[in-house]
Amino acid sequence: MQIGMIVSRVRREEKLLMEAFQARGIQIDVLNDGELILHPLDPDPRWLAYDLILERSISGSRTLATLQILETWGVPTLNNYHTASICSDKLSTTLALARHSVPQAQVSIAFSEESILEAIENRGYPAVLKPLTGSWGRLVTKVNDRQSAEAILEHRFTLGNYPYHTGYVQDYVHKPNGRDIRSFVVGDRTLCAIYRTSQHWITNTARGGVATNCEITEEIADISQRAAAAVGGGIVAIDLFETEAGYLVNEVNHSMEFRNSIEPTGVDIPAAIVDFALQTADEGAALHEVQL
Amino acid sequence: MANPTCTECGAEINLPEDVVLNEILPCPECGVELEIIDLDPLTLALAPEVEEDWGE
Repeated sequence: MQIGMIVSRVRREEKLLMEAFQARGIQIDVLNDGELILHPLDPDPRWLAYDLILERSISGSRTLATLQILETWGVPTLNNYHTASICSDKLSTTLALARHSVPQAQVSIAFSEESILEAIENRGYPAVLKPLTGSWGRLVTKVNDRQSAEAILEHRFTLGNYPYHTGYVQDYVHKPNGRDIRSFVVGDRTLCAIYRTSQHWITNTARGGVATNCEITEEIADISQRAAAAVGGGIVAIDLFETEAGYLVNEVNHSMEFRNSIEPTGVDIPAAIVDFALQTADEGAALHEVQL
Repeated sequence: MANPTCTECGAEINLPEDVVLNEILPCPECGVELEIIDLDPLTLALAPEVEEDWGE
């Protein structure tokens, strides 16, 4: 079986994945996205020989371009372009969740300084202003009052490029005990979940949030798997808010980091990813044989 | 062979036995992130700065 893994850099996650493949007797090719030259109109036989490409690039734009080309060539990828493209865009994620009736935080979209301000006022303070793309909580802003809103919007419209001129305004959801939940879904299974606790309102572990085990209840498993299915499935991490009315999805991530979640959950996340990747590659090969 | 040194502060970097190309190693003294950009000869460079579209 020939497996490739696209990376931008080899982080702890990629190293653990390589080890998990090795433990199953599979030596994978590690492909650095910074060195790739792809000719979309001229499928490369070296790529066509892969049974699966596991996409682990840290760059959102490289991920989407590469997956789009490989899928057009018929190379099986994980995640696929559909899932990655939806998760890469917060509005696309919101709409995908809505189409599948998955509970989520309320959102408004507006496009001018004046209309975004009005949207924030209508949602009520505090509100959360997010860029449509981006990760690790970058430029995610808690807007506490009108003066802050005016200042933030003036900065965005004066200094920001046009992608930052679309206002994605989300209800601020109070986090009990300063925590939210991240669950890990691989295929149709919710593997494990962590609480992310922080004194800061942004709880990303990349920003200092502390991970502890969160027991997977039936309700967490259900909303996690429904959210994963809504964005196209594969290997995803779901960020959940806890509210009195139940769980709400905040975001869905398609290329998750998991180094801080293995120890608290006791779950071998890379092993589960690799097993799912091998299963996906097998199914792709079987489908290919049927088509032949 | 002697261990490589940090390109920023000159500290000695202890390499893991299973070091791989493009692996990121933090310098234990100055804290910068170093990237293995060649295995033969073993070469370290400062890892790229975080870009706007990086994430998960």
